[in-house]
Amino acid sequence: MDAILFLIFATLAVACAVNLVLQKHPIASAISLVGVMGSLAVLYLLLGGEFIAMAQLIVYAGAIMVLFVFVIMLLNAGIEQRTGRRLWVTYGGVPMLAVLIGMAAYIVERALPPTEAVRFGTFQHGNAFDIGERLFKVYVLPFEATSILILVAILGAIVLARKEIS
Amino acid sequence: MPAIPQYAPLSWYLMLSAILFALGVAGFLFRRNIITVFMSIELMLNAVNLSFIAFSYKQGQNDGHIYSFFVMVVAAAEAAVGLAIILTVFKNRQTLEIDEVSSLKN
Repeated sequence: MDAILFLIFATLAVACAVNLVLQKHPIASAISLVGVMGSLAVLYLLLGGEFIAMAQLIVYAGAIMVLFVFVIMLLNAGIEQRTGRRLWVTYGGVPMLAVLIGMAAYIVERALPPTEAVRFGTFQHGNAFDIGERLFKVYVLPFEATSILILVAILGAIVLARKEIS
Repeated sequence: MPAIPQYAPLSWYLMLSAILFALGVAGFLFRRNIITVFMSIELMLNAVNLSFIAFSYKQGQNDGHIYSFFVMVVAAAEAAVGLAIILTVFKNRQTLEIDEVSSLKN
């Protein structure tokens, strides 16, 4: 059952990611990205990350993608006029990406025995209580640093979007 | 056709992560629309998050979850600033093609 769920949502994620890369219209790419994020949330649940799956849905698929769709609508972004790169870039780049995936597969197969299976329910530290305890006890300094980062990002976004740069 | 095992091995999750990352790199390199390029970056961040969660499962600790939580926070900040930059670029140049924006070239 676990493997079937994994295969369904992994296929969905890869299909949506391929669609993201191939679609000409930005809004179609954005919808595909929402599909990737939703299926990844299910995979996080299978790995025992309840909190992070919900955060993925709320922060990524909710907030960030709404921001993207909003900007696409605001700029009235249409279909790309000129698509693709020069020919040798496509014919050189795609095999090199295949080599990248192949090398990653080789290393993963060497490092991890294939018998090690992911069983749903084995990992018990993914709930909000354990995450919060870890976050506020061990990682409290990075957590506070993130608040400053977000403050700077808010200010930067306001300053950039406000005035005309001549 | 080989029989599907009852449980998915951990290496499948890492393979999926590698595939998604490679697709993100492909989108980043081959697309010309600045918004699509930006979405490819988000796809790469998501792929890395999946690796974090998978390794966290293997270690039996939730540090990987904390890291991917931080990645989400940084991605949110990056999206806000990046989209503001895209808005400014479009206001000044009326284009979304990355090849048209080349003031820093030469």
